[in-house]
Amino acid sequence: MSKKQHYTLTVNGTEEEVLAEPRELLIYTLRERLNITGPHIGCETSHCGACTVTIDGKSVKSCTMFVAQADGKEITTIEGLGGPDALHPLQQAFKEHHGLQCGYCTPGMITRAAKLLEENPNPTEEEIRFGMSGNICRCTGYQNIVKSIQAAAAEMNASKEAAE
Amino acid sequence: MKDDVDSREDRIANLKGMGCSRKRVEDARFTQGKGNYVDDIKLDGMLFGDFVRSPYAHATIKSIDSSAAMEVPGVLAVLTAADLEPLGLHWMPTLAGDKQMVLADGKVLFQGQEVAFVVARDRYAAADGIEAVEVEYEELPVLVDPFASMTSDVVLRPDTVADDGSPANGAHGPRKHHNHIFTWEAGDKEPTEQVIANAEVVAEEFMYYHRTHPCPLETCGCVASMDKVNGKLTLWGTFQAPHAIRTVVSLISGIEEHNIRVISPDIGGGFGNKVGAYPGYVCSVVASIVTGKPVKWIEDRMDNLMTTAFARDYWMKGRISATKEGKITGLHCHVTADHGGFDACADPTKFPAGFMNICTGSYDIPTAYLEVDGVYTNKAPGGVSYRCSFRVTEAVYFIERMIEVLAIELDMDAAELRRINFIRKEQFPYKAALGWEYDSGDYHTAWDKAMQAVDYDGLRAEQAQRIADFKAGKTRKLMGIGLTHFTEIVGAGPVKNCDILGLGMFDSCEIRIHPTGSAIARLGTISQGQGHATTFAQILASEIGLPADSITIEEGDTDTAPYGLGTYGSRSTPVAGAATAMAGRKIRAKAQMIAAYLLEVHDDDVEFDVDRFVVKGAPERFKTMKEIAFAAYNQAIPGIEPGLEAVSYYDPPNMTYPFGAYVCVMDIDVDTGVPDIRRFYALDDCGTRINPMIIEGQVHGGLTEALAVALGQEIAYDDMGNVKTGTLMDFFLPTAWEVPNYETDHTVTPSPHHPIGAKGVGESPHVGGVPCFSNAVHDAFRAFGLRQTHMPHDHWRIWKTANELGLHDQG
Amino acid sequence: MIPAAFQYYRPKDMAGVLAILAEHGDDARVMAGGHSLIPMMKLRMAEVPHLIDLQEVGGLSGISIDDRITIGAMTTQAELIDNDALAQAAPILREAALQIADPQIRYMGTVGGNLANGDPGNDMPGLMQCLNATFTVVGPDGERSLAARDFYEAAYMTGREDNEVLTAISFARPQGGHAYEKQKRKIGDYATAAAAVQITKSDGSCAGASIAMTNLSDTPVFSEAAGAALAGTSVDTSAVKAAVAAMLADIDPVEDNRGPIAFKRHVAGVILARAIERAWSRA
Repeated sequence: MSKKQHYTLTVNGTEEEVLAEPRELLIYTLRERLNITGPHIGCETSHCGACTVTIDGKSVKSCTMFVAQADGKEITTIEGLGGPDALHPLQQAFKEHHGLQCGYCTPGMITRAAKLLEENPNPTEEEIRFGMSGNICRCTGYQNIVKSIQAAAAEMNASKEAAE
Repeated sequence: MKDDVDSREDRIANLKGMGCSRKRVEDARFTQGKGNYVDDIKLDGMLFGDFVRSPYAHATIKSIDSSAAMEVPGVLAVLTAADLEPLGLHWMPTLAGDKQMVLADGKVLFQGQEVAFVVARDRYAAADGIEAVEVEYEELPVLVDPFASMTSDVVLRPDTVADDGSPANGAHGPRKHHNHIFTWEAGDKEPTEQVIANAEVVAEEFMYYHRTHPCPLETCGCVASMDKVNGKLTLWGTFQAPHAIRTVVSLISGIEEHNIRVISPDIGGGFGNKVGAYPGYVCSVVASIVTGKPVKWIEDRMDNLMTTAFARDYWMKGRISATKEGKITGLHCHVTADHGGFDACADPTKFPAGFMNICTGSYDIPTAYLEVDGVYTNKAPGGVSYRCSFRVTEAVYFIERMIEVLAIELDMDAAELRRINFIRKEQFPYKAALGWEYDSGDYHTAWDKAMQAVDYDGLRAEQAQRIADFKAGKTRKLMGIGLTHFTEIVGAGPVKNCDILGLGMFDSCEIRIHPTGSAIARLGTISQGQGHATTFAQILASEIGLPADSITIEEGDTDTAPYGLGTYGSRSTPVAGAATAMAGRKIRAKAQMIAAYLLEVHDDDVEFDVDRFVVKGAPERFKTMKEIAFAAYNQAIPGIEPGLEAVSYYDPPNMTYPFGAYVCVMDIDVDTGVPDIRRFYALDDCGTRINPMIIEGQVHGGLTEALAVALGQEIAYDDMGNVKTGTLMDFFLPTAWEVPNYETDHTVTPSPHHPIGAKGVGESPHVGGVPCFSNAVHDAFRAFGLRQTHMPHDHWRIWKTANELGLHDQG
Repeated sequence: MIPAAFQYYRPKDMAGVLAILAEHGDDARVMAGGHSLIPMMKLRMAEVPHLIDLQEVGGLSGISIDDRITIGAMTTQAELIDNDALAQAAPILREAALQIADPQIRYMGTVGGNLANGDPGNDMPGLMQCLNATFTVVGPDGERSLAARDFYEAAYMTGREDNEVLTAISFARPQGGHAYEKQKRKIGDYATAAAAVQITKSDGSCAGASIAMTNLSDTPVFSEAAGAALAGTSVDTSAVKAAVAAMLADIDPVEDNRGPIAFKRHVAGVILARAIERAWSRA
């Protein structure tokens, strides 16, 4: 055990101060100290992406980052993307197109997809499959995940056009 | 009111009942990160437990010294077998009639075995504590090969040897050897031998269905909380069968069953991994009793892959006989089943090899014999049904490979061979040679539809051209056409022959209709992603005429749900779905009496119509189910109790037999061994279709798990019993990049004995998918002389096949 | 999977880094993106009592393109991929980086981390040998340069001293055609075999070729003989065969879950031949 330190994280727009050992993995800080239980732990060796969050504009597997590294960072999780009053188009699309089954990979999947669409608003199927290849789903076979992301992209582009 | 003006079609649509692609009610919480999985549970003062695990596959434990661990800040206790023994909890019964060490009792039998349980304030302190526990091992000879185990002098389990030194009887009869667990037979041995001996054509093959693992994305875990004040134990966990877990915990702990509450919260995939009872559950309960605090245990991924619930590991030797024209006359199958260090297979008690005796498949095979020998080795216990009913994946793989091998022997097209041997529609119900009575099927229709959909003749012509091009040096890619026609056996099962630990495999549903016309239904099953909250409400909506959106489905809390055997083996729809329909019909029967009273006619003069009872011949006179529900609570009706509730325990009269026809088209790079799935067509017949959207999703998922198993996913051991595939670097879970798009199709042959004709679908695509992918690989090389090559067909094994066939010399 | 405890440092400059390294010697390690090191720490296969996070040390990232291309060690794979000017100047980098790990890991994984770790499975070392890159390391005695082709000694053993830090990579702007060809079992896997090839063409024949391969030995394998086998030829079948034969003489793969040695050697040859053909087609 090493001495606990104070770390400051901005999570979904709220500044949070935590007292933790530097070795604490960010996923545990989020889940156990901040009760942000959307991101999950699947593989622990950075293969499955269930723990994906966005940190300073990058999709990151939060099981492979120490809380000490995340000190001072801006973090967005599935909880920050949308809620009951206003779902993110991806959340809506995953519901509409059966893009999930057990739901365990879903928060990481949607969080990653949100970043993907931010960087590439009109991805081809191949680009979606490649861009989502850091997230493993055991239930869906991905076909409806791809469909959901395509639908969300279309919806987001349409509302952007409407706004312009 | 609105009910008066809506058309009948509108009223049906309004129910969102059976047959519609109702959106899932579960998804709101999952898409917003508000699922509630076991590791999300946080209780005041909760401690964390984790295991010291054996680095050796076979060793004597000389000593365990936990003194240094107890010095680690935050560590509160270290439990060993010696601590559990006074409670009688150092061993626990398995589902297969064997027993398993909870914590190593003098020796370890597989790498990763639980040796000591460290309880600490948090998981960090527990991890540090584990590092500090000193265990002295003395290595013993390791047996990883079941054939070697069956001839070895090394005794893996001292309890398998009788006082006189001979092998002691096991749970399923005499042992042939001290490392032998059981022999299980089905069919007729002598007649089968005779038929094969006298046959015009016989094909023989030996195939290994490798060891793999269900590997749901969420690992196993639990939180045990002993409330000493009230004497109540609450156990949350990743349980596919919460009621069975409650009974098991009661039996082994001595806590009365009413004082145990088992709760399965949201489960992040199961696929068979979460059926069994694991040492982590027992240790967490004990630790909570000892400390008086809630104790959480969550496997990490390596623990999961190395210790809980392997699947398959069947060595299958087959002989199939036929006439020169290709009519199959007999089938002989012998299996050597590697069960690891303990026999913890999750099968119904009377079926130690599960339903392997469905291995005559979709074919009219008059004579057959099956013999399975279970064997102990120094590998992890398990033997679960990974996305299949009990051992059905193995059975279907076996017969679908044997058909292909027979086709080679006959020099015949494998599709045609299947066609001439299918059980014909008019033969159902069909009594198979190995004992099962298939309830229904229409295989020829499905097969012909599939062959047409993929333009089978066109594919074969293309393949012939490819072979010619390959031989001419114009291409280095071969083309394989994988075929499979599978018949599953699911929905275990009839209590007369199916039980687990003596618990009959019925299932249940309890319905309460609320006065305002909404309802809650509770079942003995538990969803792990299948969408029960959505589909069971659809069944009920159609049965009782209230909108699915007004029906809450609740599962997984043993204090509230009726007793049931849980969700695995595609049993939820066949068994609990039937219970749901039957409970709904009880509601409807009472509703009919209430309606008749309200309409002032005789009971027989009203009939059910979508969402109401109408007076026969006078459809303008009716009472909606909503009105009837209110009346049930508001009217004093002579001879009828108030309220509107029902419960049904459904004991299915037979299993259900979903089937399907699959075709896979694959290109194989002969030089690198890399396969490319160009096309996959899946036709499923699961009887009545409750929610087509969910069925399609199940098929996509099952096929993807099949792809993984066929093309690379394995739990591999080295000679020392070390697990070589302990992380997701080496244990193959495909990403979106490795997975193709699938074409889905269906026929509908309702089950004649199921109340709504449904058969279950979640596992079909896995069961049928594995042989289909594998047959595609085999088929690519058939023209070059390949008969059989073992799975998984990863790059190097495909390359090796090509190499052994001399195909690299041409390059 | 919980790592052992450690002291964490986040120095603001290289002097701070070097001071901690000097104080703790072998017990200290620098970390860039952490995506190689952290999994090893979680599996308790690497113990790092003093962990130095380089994220706030200035001057370690960025890409400059001139006759020579210089890449800061803390430049991530994602930054490599996103840099269009780099893709113009040295397209093999984007082609290779896209075949490393997965999107999330490429946001965090750095060029320097991939190079300095000495893991034979990493892709960048072979690539940098192909490009004949120079590594700049800084230590208590100041800066020095090391050739990528001399840097790797054995698995996880490199020419960098424990008290030194890799700060930058530079190489001459590559000429001619390129290819990075990799066979792997799935996204996120290391290579079964991977080949980095740069070929220049002059009057229809090969003016020069630089060839290195990955994960076929305990170090990356730069094969001078393989390149020489192509030089002066029209890169026809026999020349490619000669280059493959030369490379096969230099590799020394071991059996693992990806397959036995014979398979790896065969695939190495196939992958290299494909890489040469593709690079030649672009030359």
